[in-house]
Amino acid sequence: MSALTALFALLFYLATAILLVGLGRKIWQYARTPAPLKVPTTPAPTTRAGVVARLFREVVFFESLFKGSKWSWLFGWLFHFGLLLVLVRHLRYFTEPVWAVSALVQDLGVYMGMVMTVGLLGLLARRSLVDRLRYISAPSDYLMLVLLIGIAVSGLLMKYYFRTDVVAFKAFMLGVMRFSWEPLPADPMLIIHLGLVILLMLIFPFSKLLHVPGLFFSPTRNQVDNPRERRHLAPWASALDSTRAQGG
Amino acid sequence: MDKAEFETPELKEYTVVPLVQEGSMAHSKPFVAKPEHQEQLGFPGELVDDWKERALDKMGELLGKYRSLQVFLDACVKCGACTDKCHYYLGTADPKNMPVARQDLLRKVYRRYFTLAGRYFPALVGATDLTEAVVEDWYRYYHQCSECRRCSVFCPYGIDTAEITMAGREILDSIGVGQKYSNEIIGKVHRIGNNLGLPEPALADTLEGLEEEVEEDTGVAVKFPLDQEGADVLLVTPSADFFAEPHVDGLIGYGKVFHQAGISWTLSSYASEAANFGIFIGSYEHMQKVAMRIRKAALELGVNRIVVGECGHAWRVAYSFWNTLIGPFDFLDPAYPAPQHICEFTYDLMQRGALKLDKEANDDKVVTFHDSCNVSRASRMGDMPGGQFIIPRALLRASCNHFVDMAPETINENTFCCGGGGGLLTDDLVELRVKGALPRMQALQQVIDENGVTHMAAICAICKSQFTKVLPYYQLGMDMIISVHQLVGDTLVLGDEQ
Ligand code: SF4
Ligand code: SF4
Repeated sequence: MSALTALFALLFYLATAILLVGLGRKIWQYARTPAPLKVPTTPAPTTRAGVVARLFREVVFFESLFKGSKWSWLFGWLFHFGLLLVLVRHLRYFTEPVWAVSALVQDLGVYMGMVMTVGLLGLLARRSLVDRLRYISAPSDYLMLVLLIGIAVSGLLMKYYFRTDVVAFKAFMLGVMRFSWEPLPADPMLIIHLGLVILLMLIFPFSKLLHVPGLFFSPTRNQVDNPRERRHLAPWASALDSTRAQGG
Repeated sequence: MDKAEFETPELKEYTVVPLVQEGSMAHSKPFVAKPEHQEQLGFPGELVDDWKERALDKMGELLGKYRSLQVFLDACVKCGACTDKCHYYLGTADPKNMPVARQDLLRKVYRRYFTLAGRYFPALVGATDLTEAVVEDWYRYYHQCSECRRCSVFCPYGIDTAEITMAGREILDSIGVGQKYSNEIIGKVHRIGNNLGLPEPALADTLEGLEEEVEEDTGVAVKFPLDQEGADVLLVTPSADFFAEPHVDGLIGYGKVFHQAGISWTLSSYASEAANFGIFIGSYEHMQKVAMRIRKAALELGVNRIVVGECGHAWRVAYSFWNTLIGPFDFLDPAYPAPQHICEFTYDLMQRGALKLDKEANDDKVVTFHDSCNVSRASRMGDMPGGQFIIPRALLRASCNHFVDMAPETINENTFCCGGGGGLLTDDLVELRVKGALPRMQALQQVIDENGVTHMAAICAICKSQFTKVLPYYQLGMDMIISVHQLVGDTLVLGDEQ
């Protein structure tokens, strides 16, 4: 067992734990924090089903972003859609037998890696060229894009130039998941790719990547427009409410 | 106001997104509340010594109380979609008036003290210490946001800068740096019952004068009842409606509608204000206390319905919050929505054929409609989403032969704020107000040029006051702005039956 294998196996455990615990904590925090007043951005759906449809359109089509900025929408959507298919394709390294969906996008997945990269480069260009975006960007905003581009490009390079032994890699991944380690191929491009992915997992719960759970908890998007029909008392606010009831 | 102190922006043919001009509005800030205005609301009279600890404590408290704040501070990806959506950025080019940058004033402190990344790598994630300079920026730029929610329409996560501004103002109040205009007014409502500080006898006088005036004009004895027990409807309207122009013509319009429908109604001297500035300063407690007068008045007068007059943020508070703040309204007639907007009320009567309108009375006018931000993006009318756009327009079409809408990107949920909402309708912010009105003025100028529009109707007291003030800066007549219910009232055929 090489030190490299042990290191990456342990890093995977650590990153997975931090990702899950970190995200879990955040989701718990969002769920627990009350939304004391009805604040949906109207016109808003008047039924639960309508809200589900609204969130679906936000998640799948980026509806609001489309209204807001066509370029951000285009690049952002290319990136996310590409990423989704790439992730599904990567399931083949984690599943045995390979899941049908993963096999299905096997060929498409590679092109999606390019689509994703184009999206990311577009976002980076916008961020560095538009003066308003430059003004609002912190170093971490550029670095996040650089990190994602690094992941995408190292993955593509592995596919086309620095080929790695994917069978051995899959054995490593399955070994990590089953707690019986197998050696990790010591190819530099693979190490870079995995290292960057682990870094992404580690910073996920501490960064703006919290927009993923955030969207589902956003009161302006997930509330039903029915304030005249139903009261909406938060626990801390109902304390004020009962004071009132006693006071007249 | 000295017009030479600043330049009124030039009206272009289409919206031009300006290049960032750092600090261009750094000089703009409203008068700070005096100790007596602060203390009457339970806030410290002036900047407290331990302001830093208290501000951070307050921020922590608000993060635990409002999911909106917690989620919004975390979720922004700096995509920039909101950067060109704020009328104050479009009018001033100050980058801190870009919604995301306005949020960042709070977010950078949140990150520094409440997140791991900001605690250990502040420079990397744009986190900064809470310093006096930061507090000054908060005061300036949280008073350059009208809480209009336009930015929230375009944000992929629905981040509503209004929520951030409210939190910012709440923190400022808690360390003793409140805004004079809003806090003084909230105190007046608590003491006297309306924003103007108009006591009962003065109100009674005004209404009597109004009755005489209308009778002289129309020959019909339209009543404006005050504190009439047992009336069917309690009308709660912004106090500007009692005498300011053009507001009062709207009130006359409501009176005519009630008269013609034969529905008994009353105003209340105790709850003589629909406006609720508690929302502007983000204070749940004050918002509730202000609203509570209305519940009390309705119970005391024994009315069956509550109708709210033309006012944007007041309708937001009434529609979205009253039931929660001062409900349940189980003592009112369940056949009607509680509360009901005056436009819903009139629309309903029209649908039932209870009103006869003679449109030709308005044939000298070409009318357009300014959607008020709080009505458009924070409330509803009628029973379907978007009713808040349809119903006022239906009233206008029913009372005017010549109606045109402004450009689609400036109406309905895309509407631009008048520039004076959210507690900014004060003379010490006139430069901001004039510049913030730019996108609306541009859209208006376009329909003036293309369609010969003569009047812009609105359903908000703040919009009406703001436009009266800023239209002349853009070489437009201040009497262009008009109440929807003035147009309705002017066409209403008054009969004597009932
Ligand atoms: S649109 Fe939303 S996510 Fe994008 S920069 Fe503005 S606030 Fe942030
Ligand atoms: S709420 Fe309105 S005024 Fe405030 S930042 Fe957003 S667009 Fe600008």
